[in-house]
Formats: sequence, C-alpha cells, structure tokens
Amino acid sequence: MLHIINKSPFQTSTLDSCLRMAQPGSAVLLIEDGVYAATVGSAAEQGLRQASTTLKVYALQPDMDARGVTSKLIDGVTLVDYGGFVDLAEKYHTSHSWL
Amino acid sequence: MSEQQTTPSSGPKVKKFMFVNRKAPYGTIYALESLEVVLITATFDQDVSLVFIYDGVYELVKGQQTKGIGVKNFSPSYRALEGYDVEKLYVDSASLTQRGLTEADLLVPVELLDAQQMGELMAGQDVILSF
Repeated sequence: MLHIINKSPFQTSTLDSCLRMAQPGSAVLLIEDGVYAATVGSAAEQGLRQASTTLKVYALQPDMDARGVTSKLIDGVTLVDYGGFVDLAEKYHTSHSWL
Repeated sequence: MSEQQTTPSSGPKVKKFMFVNRKAPYGTIYALESLEVVLITATFDQDVSLVFIYDGVYELVKGQQTKGIGVKNFSPSYRALEGYDVEKLYVDSASLTQRGLTEADLLVPVELLDAQQMGELMAGQDVILSF
C-alpha cells in the first residue's frame, strides 16, 4: 500500500491520521505541502522518524526544491522524482491519496 | 444642499492595512493572491503591514527553486516590496521555531514578534485581510 500525503502537517491532521493506520511494510510518499513534515527541526519530525522505523518514507524532490527545504531533509526519508513517483505507484498495488 | 465631505488639505486619510499570511506557498493560491493584493494596496499609498504566521512563514524561506513543479517562483517579489514602500514585515517567532526555522532561513529582513505583540499589532489596524 502506498499512502500519499499532500497537506502540511501544521494545516491538517492528515499525516497523523495516515500514520496511525499505515501497516508495517507499506510506504508513505510526501508531496506538495506534505513535504514540510520531512524537514529537520519541525514539530512533525519526531512522528515521522518514528514512522520511518516500520514504513518506507519518501518525499517528492521537486516539491522540496520549490519550497526551499531540500537541505533540511530528515535522515531515513528517501527523495524521489516524478519517475520515482510512478515507480512507487506501480510497485504498491493500492495507492491511497489522503487529500 | 448637502455637499460631499470635503477632503482636508492634508489629503485623504491613510488607513492601516494588515495582510495576514497563514498558508505555505504553492500548495494553494493564497500566498500568491495575497502578494498581488499587497502590491495593489501599496500603489494607493496606504500604510501596509505584512504578517507571516503559522505556515505563512514558509512563504519567506530562502532558496525556493520551482522549476521542477512548473510553477512561477514568486518568492523574489518579497525582496521587491521595499521598492513599493512596503517595509513592515512581521513574523511570529513561535511559528518559525515550530517549523525548525530561524531568521537566517528567511529571504528578507523581518521583525520577530511573540503572540502578544502580534495581537496588539492586529488590534491597531483599520483593515485586516487574511490569506
């Protein structure tokens, strides 16, 4: 299962809602404003680090770049480009866009 | 015959306009729309203040590179505000901290305020527009 999060962790509780239910071995892809959760020093960092011990966590690099936060990426989160996004959608047979 | 109120010799009253920016750039159109309205307001020689709180602080982060998402990078426009005599930029200190940011991460000089100071500043305005 691939969980896709596109909202800032400070704007909505979408990321927390997802992490509560995501099963070990599934993947979380942060896109658009969702990428702010993958930045060092943010209040969302701890929750994401915890999640990354059982889940694969990815962030879309073009969205990190646009927001000027690529250099603040948390260890344990893997950057992907649009091609990588497609690969993930193909690899996990169900995608859930939490919106 | 009633006459329209005469304009005092000092000219029309300048109002205090505050723009409250609460959203990250690019994820929604709010940040860009706010900037457009700020520039229009400044043209009318009003007393303009910009406030960046909550996710709004992300609008001012340095080093935005939007080529990959195919959207115009409007962040350099914040640097141009000075040229429109828009020089009052205020940032909520706690919002920065919560997001792992410091003043050094921002692309323009700002004044950091705490919530109390921010509230007082808001209370002293004539018009507040929130984005």
